[in-house]
Amino acid sequence: MKASTLKAPIVKMLAALFVLAPAAAFAAAIEGQAVQQPTNWTAIAMFAGFVALTLAITRWAATRTHTAADFYTAGGHVTGFQNGLAIAGDYMSAASFLGISAQIFADGYDGLIYSIGFLVGWPILMFLMAEKLRNLGKYTFADVASFRFAQPPVRMFAAFSTLAVVAFYLIAQMVGAGQLIKLLFGLPYGYAVAIVGLLMMAYVLFGGMRATTWVQITKAVMLLGGASFMSIMVLAKMGFSPEALFAQAVQVKTDLAVATGLSPEDAAVRGRSIMGPGNFIKDPISAISFGMALMFGTAGLPHILMRFFTVPNAQEARKSVLWATVWIGYFYVLTFIIGFGAIVLVASNPQYLDAAGALRGGGNMAAIHLASAVGGDVFLGFISAVAFATILAVVAGLTLSGASAISHDLYATVFRRGAPEKDELRVSRITTLVLGVFAVLLGIVFEKQNVAFMVSLAFALAASGNFPVLLLSLLWKGCTTRGAVVGGFAGVITCLVLMILSPAIWVAVLHHEAAIFPYTSPAIFSMAVAFVTIWLVSILDRSPRAAVDRAGFDAQSVRSETGIGASEASSH
Amino acid sequence: MASELVARVQANPKYRELKARRTRLAWILTALMLATYYGYVSLIAFDKDLLAAPIGGGVMSLGIPIGFGIIVFTVVITAVYVWRANAEFDALTKQIAEEAAQ
Repeated sequence: MKASTLKAPIVKMLAALFVLAPAAAFAAAIEGQAVQQPTNWTAIAMFAGFVALTLAITRWAATRTHTAADFYTAGGHVTGFQNGLAIAGDYMSAASFLGISAQIFADGYDGLIYSIGFLVGWPILMFLMAEKLRNLGKYTFADVASFRFAQPPVRMFAAFSTLAVVAFYLIAQMVGAGQLIKLLFGLPYGYAVAIVGLLMMAYVLFGGMRATTWVQITKAVMLLGGASFMSIMVLAKMGFSPEALFAQAVQVKTDLAVATGLSPEDAAVRGRSIMGPGNFIKDPISAISFGMALMFGTAGLPHILMRFFTVPNAQEARKSVLWATVWIGYFYVLTFIIGFGAIVLVASNPQYLDAAGALRGGGNMAAIHLASAVGGDVFLGFISAVAFATILAVVAGLTLSGASAISHDLYATVFRRGAPEKDELRVSRITTLVLGVFAVLLGIVFEKQNVAFMVSLAFALAASGNFPVLLLSLLWKGCTTRGAVVGGFAGVITCLVLMILSPAIWVAVLHHEAAIFPYTSPAIFSMAVAFVTIWLVSILDRSPRAAVDRAGFDAQSVRSETGIGASEASSH
Repeated sequence: MASELVARVQANPKYRELKARRTRLAWILTALMLATYYGYVSLIAFDKDLLAAPIGGGVMSLGIPIGFGIIVFTVVITAVYVWRANAEFDALTKQIAEEAAQ
């Protein structure tokens, strides 16, 4: 049966791929765990230190957050370099770090394929959108998408689609954070999720975008520093020879295979398999569809798009993307070294293995154990705290973008046009509280869910709704309000329906025999639906509004290309 | 934005030049990036053995330099855009803005 043969690699692939990749595997690890991890006091101390630091940042940011511009976009005064780090921070979640290094630890080369998929969306975002976003937008990407269109319908679509993306992403992060804390610190899951929720609300409520950005930057620097240290230590042990690293890793994998009772020839083949692609891609449609979700989803994630409004102008927006690409690319090179380093230093060391020879604490702890192997308990504590901090920072960014969708797009533009800024901010803060409580509750309800799947849904949704609407409104004169709204909803809804019909829900959750939709990712289909619907509805649109929409393109074009008339960075 | 301003900017040949040059560069680079990435994905889908083939007489496989090459390519192609934009587009944009303000 096609669905069932696909299911295993799909689940594995999703598990390894997505930001919260580890969470799914964490869940498995936790369920199968007989002994709870001993409480790691060094890690807790480091963790407390980091939380204190971020709260201090929030306090500082709070004294400087008065206006809506401060709250949503840090006043537009973030530099390109800082914003690049913050974007990289949004992207390098704990799971990218733990999940991809764990995937390399398990299968070698396959992990690199995932990393590349995550990276290649950035140049596309840069070439087609980054500068135009900055020139047209103010607080949310809906400002850009609705620039020349009728505001209420486009804002409603944008808010719906933003909340859908944010919800799936947020739940996944909460579940992952809860499991990480439970694993590292021995805290009960519910408490862990509640702590994440409270801290995140504090950052966003009091510090807005300024606090969120600086927490993200701090964390990005610590994560890059920690990962660099680990990689250098690994390479130093190999005499700085990649060949030696790979050779030893192959040897370790071969020895492990021999220990399971394989013949020496088969064991050698197994050992060698980490140097090439494994079972990542079974059928080309899934491969391409999945690649599309990753590549174009990046350009539709609301919390990433929002970062383009924190810089003062298009030049800085450009610099942000370049720096983000540099740091993210560098980070993926590090995770590759860390993954192979873990094979050599962790997989062969009984100290990190349980009686059955499996990794203590679950497969996703490879990088954490490597931290202990190269830097002892203190460094282990540091890396654990950074991994957790990462989730906090990402969750704060997501919440802020969800809150602005409600307060800026719905409240201040649709329901109460011309509402005073003070009221808009109040709505934003109330929404943050509601989203925080909501996220904690859902995090608890979904504890056992495959969260990696939910993040994949978030990427696919972003690629099917926000991305086509944004791209066509920016580049195609013929696009109309009706086309954008109908097509955007069509893309998002197609994506949701196909996801439900796919093996991951239809078979794994709803326990049907076979999936109606057999592929890993709906993106190739739902994106096509979105683009074709926008195009078709737009060209058939003869309404008076359509004429206004098309006539507005020239003004939009002038501003998006030159920045003349763009929202200035507000200074006060 | 005032429609006379829009009309004035649009009538400026420099604006048309900026738009044409930037659009052209953006699509060429986008096409290059898509071709590179989907070329790699096709290799994985259709010829895994090629990527697993050892090079240099050791365990290092061809897939590793190719994979890292794509990471470097991604950063470089992004840098190329920034470099071109800094060198050409910003100056043009500035001139257009100045001429529009007159």
